[in-house]
Amino acid sequence: MEPIAIISIFVLAVFVGFEVVSKVSSTLHTPLMSGANAIHGVILVGAIIVADHSSTNLELGLAVAAIVLATINMVGGFVVTDRMLEMFKGKK
Amino acid sequence: MSRTLYDLIGLAAGVAFILALKGLSHPKTARRGNLIGAFGATLATLVVFFYANPGSSLPLNNLGWILGAMIIGLSVGVPAARKVEMTQMPQLVALFNGVGGGAAALVAIVEYLHLGSHATKAEVIFTVFTVIVGCVSFSGSVITFMKLQELMTTRPVIFPAGRFIIAATLVSVIGVGGWVVAALGTTPLLVLAGLSLLFGVLFVLPVGGADVPIVISLLNAFTGLTVAASGYVLDSVLLIIAGTLVGASGTILTRLMAEAMGRSLFGTLFGAFTAKPQDASGTAEERPVRSGSPDDVAILLNYARRVVIVPGFGLAVAQAQHTVRELADLMISKGIDVAYGIHPVAGRMPGHMNVLLAEANVPYDQLEEMDEINPTFSQTDVAIVIGANDVVNPAAENTPGCPIYGMPILKVANAANVIFLKRSMRPGFAGIENELLYDPKTMLLFGDAKASLTKVVSALKAL
Repeated sequence: MEPIAIISIFVLAVFVGFEVVSKVSSTLHTPLMSGANAIHGVILVGAIIVADHSSTNLELGLAVAAIVLATINMVGGFVVTDRMLEMFKGKK
Repeated sequence: MSRTLYDLIGLAAGVAFILALKGLSHPKTARRGNLIGAFGATLATLVVFFYANPGSSLPLNNLGWILGAMIIGLSVGVPAARKVEMTQMPQLVALFNGVGGGAAALVAIVEYLHLGSHATKAEVIFTVFTVIVGCVSFSGSVITFMKLQELMTTRPVIFPAGRFIIAATLVSVIGVGGWVVAALGTTPLLVLAGLSLLFGVLFVLPVGGADVPIVISLLNAFTGLTVAASGYVLDSVLLIIAGTLVGASGTILTRLMAEAMGRSLFGTLFGAFTAKPQDASGTAEERPVRSGSPDDVAILLNYARRVVIVPGFGLAVAQAQHTVRELADLMISKGIDVAYGIHPVAGRMPGHMNVLLAEANVPYDQLEEMDEINPTFSQTDVAIVIGANDVVNPAAENTPGCPIYGMPILKVANAANVIFLKRSMRPGFAGIENELLYDPKTMLLFGDAKASLTKVVSALKAL
């Protein structure tokens, strides 16, 4: 991909990231952190891509480890966030 | 599947993540926001199975390994997230963040090994960045986990010449990073990973217990950036968007948390280097305290007009949220004005108490934030502090140089009477003595918060 396209995506995403969470009550700090934590679990996609084109046992072994860790991050992250937020239901 | 379709679906997942973060910022939409995020992540994961590299055929190579690894991850992550106690959630989040950082570092290493000498300079630089930050995030998160789980001391760990060792480690990390870019070898990359892991440990050790949540949030933002950098190397728009979003929102969140605690980010991270030995820590000698029985507490409450309950980590540990609600309901039925004073960082993470009390169906309008409740303490007859310490410690206001100095506190000292429910005289998470415990208007009720509250409830019923 063109470097300028990548830089544009990066800069715009930075601003979006700043904007969406700029006003959030302290009550939601923990679930928000946990949710953002789960989102970076999509590194799983990267781990699957590198596992696909691993050509040596070393590469494959490391890639498999990465998939295990990334799956824990992503799935565990969303489940634990949901459990935190379950407590808020029926409010107001 | 064509590359265009694949990228469009990736974009859809990216939009889902933006909506997820937006949703998570408001109480009403938070749960839906999280589900949207989970949907985006699932979509992104499924679609990668249908798009391999150009030229290679479906299904993916090593499919068995990939699916097997995902099943292992699922069977570890889901039960851990389901079974964890509310009290231990902060450390679980820290751990999940750490494994994410570790995964990003591993992905970068594999791609580096794979590309070998075909890697462009830019790719190598991004790889180096991912390995450094991913490893720091991993080992740093493990240390925060150990601090929160109390597997190690929660106080700042400061060793002689600590700052020089840390600075030297950082310089070597950067130096070896430059070596990798210049020499393109496997060995330098592994040395880099090792040094970065070490740096992560050294970086988090001096952070005091009360500041740990801020560090978790910062490491979370770090992991986001590593994901964005791997997105560049792997040519994945989705990873760039998702990683950057987390990096940016995580940075803002870290700052918001630091503000809620009245700390500067710089002070949190480097405070241990500049802080003088605590003045209050030397005063651990035996001093008289006034301890009371549950009956004494019940009598005090029975004749109060206004009572403020200040919950802390002790409430979470004892799982006393239902009992505290029972006590509050009983007092309300006696015509006593009851409110909960919620410090933004009571417990081990911002919002911890709100979550816990919500579980016990405490009405939202009884929970008052620090700024609302503080002016009312002077009209309050009794403040009941349940397993909280640092968030009501006047040292934050009057002892310059102590680790929590400058943190806004709940001014329970202004109430006519203060009752502390404590397990022991042990100081709070930040390890600082609390002068308020020795104040003549303070009464201490020792024991497990739930057991103590149950006794107070039955004593109050009997009156």
